[in-house]
Amino acid sequence: MLSKKNIKLLVDPINKNNPITVQVLGICSALAVTVKMKPAFVMALSVIFVVAVSNFIISLLRNGIPKRIRIIVQLVVIASLVIIVDQFLKAYVFDVSKQLSVFVGLIITNCIVMGRLEAFAMSNSPGRSFLDGIGNGAGYGAILIIVSFFRELFGSGTIWNYHVIPQSWYQAGYSNNGLMILPPMALIIVGIIIWVQRGKNRDLIEKN
Amino acid sequence: MNFLRKTLDKVKPNFEKGGKFYFLHSTFDAMETFLFVPNKVTRTGAHIRDFMDMKRNMIIVFIALLPALFFGIWNTGNHHFLAIGEEPTFWGNVLYGLKKIIPLYIVVYAVGGAIEVAFAQIRKHEVNEGLFVTGMLIPLIVPADIPLWMLAIATAFAILIGKEIFGGTGMNILNPALTARAFLFFAYPAWMSGDKVWISGMMSGENIVDGFSGATLLSQAAAGTTNFVNGLGQSVTLSDMFWGFIPGSVGETSVAAILIGAFILILTGVGSWKIMLSTLIGGITMGLLLNIFAVNSYMALPWYEHLLLGGFAFGLVFMATDPVTAAQTEKGKYIYGFLIGFLAILIRVLNPAYPEGMMLAILLMNVFAPLIDYMVIQSNIKKRIKRLQKINS
Repeated sequence: MLSKKNIKLLVDPINKNNPITVQVLGICSALAVTVKMKPAFVMALSVIFVVAVSNFIISLLRNGIPKRIRIIVQLVVIASLVIIVDQFLKAYVFDVSKQLSVFVGLIITNCIVMGRLEAFAMSNSPGRSFLDGIGNGAGYGAILIIVSFFRELFGSGTIWNYHVIPQSWYQAGYSNNGLMILPPMALIIVGIIIWVQRGKNRDLIEKN
Repeated sequence: MNFLRKTLDKVKPNFEKGGKFYFLHSTFDAMETFLFVPNKVTRTGAHIRDFMDMKRNMIIVFIALLPALFFGIWNTGNHHFLAIGEEPTFWGNVLYGLKKIIPLYIVVYAVGGAIEVAFAQIRKHEVNEGLFVTGMLIPLIVPADIPLWMLAIATAFAILIGKEIFGGTGMNILNPALTARAFLFFAYPAWMSGDKVWISGMMSGENIVDGFSGATLLSQAAAGTTNFVNGLGQSVTLSDMFWGFIPGSVGETSVAAILIGAFILILTGVGSWKIMLSTLIGGITMGLLLNIFAVNSYMALPWYEHLLLGGFAFGLVFMATDPVTAAQTEKGKYIYGFLIGFLAILIRVLNPAYPEGMMLAILLMNVFAPLIDYMVIQSNIKKRIKRLQKINS
């Protein structure tokens, strides 16, 4: 199960083939849910679940799906999974579910999910597809958590809702950075991550 | 001078390839070309001999900014003493202003310079002069009381994200000085907007005269009154607005001082008069349009007052004309400038969230400038193809 090839499936999307910073997919939700770490973390878990399980199911069905209606079949599977996730969040972490609002539902349209189904699950075995789904979900989640860490720390002065910037700093004149709370800053942080990543790994730089 | 030249020549080998301090070579180069005319000659391609290299260009912008800076220093002190109820004196104002403004410059040049030099060493190019003007501009477009650490972060953001990421001076899409201001505006709105920040001393809670208001004229207008008053409740005349006896960012208040700068820029050809003119026309057009549909007192504000208020004049002369971020084609400059003026007044009057629209209008058009250029070039190609077809048929 965990041969070298399979581990590559898991690890590659976290760095070298990251869905957000390299494939530039799923940007919209990365902007929307990264103001605080907690929702970002829950979102990351939800996406990992949806990508992995839908990859698995579609891979099982891949030989039976007629080519012409495959997108609809994929959507049905994804949508059912997303509804399960949504109901689950509403039942157990209601406050986070409220913060995430429509963005859980919008996992259906998350390009990463569709992208992996089309590119991987339709032509690989269920086990490998499942690992690929976990890897890609984790790659997406890792970026989400890094971005939300900086946005929460500088935008609200907290990490996971705990105050980490001491009150005395505020009295000395420090104040939270309002730009961090606004969506554009998420884009800028993603941009900086892309910069750092490509600075370290020069193979990723696009040739044009 | 001779002594300086000799010393420089003596230490120069240390900074050349193989020398002890090679890693500082761009710093040395910056100092040398700062002091002396560079002796480098272009080796290839056709070129025009001219003394106007980038350093001279930047120096002229620097000189053009001085009147606005001097007035800003005086005005900072003047409003401060009015607010605390003391009789303002000329030297008292200047001293107080210097005390406030010099730290801003030290911070901006220290932070910006450190980043610029670091990038120059890493990327092995010379230290660029762009920072010189950017650093000169940033303190002029912020309130005098802005906390220094905020200014430091904003400068770092502007130089790093606004400029270096795109490849340094000459490659940036957005005007770095305005990027710094936009960063401050969105990140720390408490220090960049409202009625208190524009007069030095009000935020720190010094003994302000009872009833003194630090509202800028634009925020008064946004609040629905166009019978402008100053902090003490006296009415503000047109000449006050023109000469700049009003609260605001350090360098933006005096249209007279800015006009001197505009003359220097236009006479030396450093700033494009086309952009200035079309921005002016754009602003006037929007002002008149709003007057036609005036449903409240702000929309009925006469067009010439719009030109005197807020950062319109400063942005028009020093920001819109930035040669890197403006449109490059001659026709494009008219379109670019017109839209800046047009949008600035539109944002100012109709968007309640932003009391001043000049910054956002210029940044927006910075982004569109390449598109405008593309459009102008394409339409020119089409025109010439048509002409050719006419001749051939």
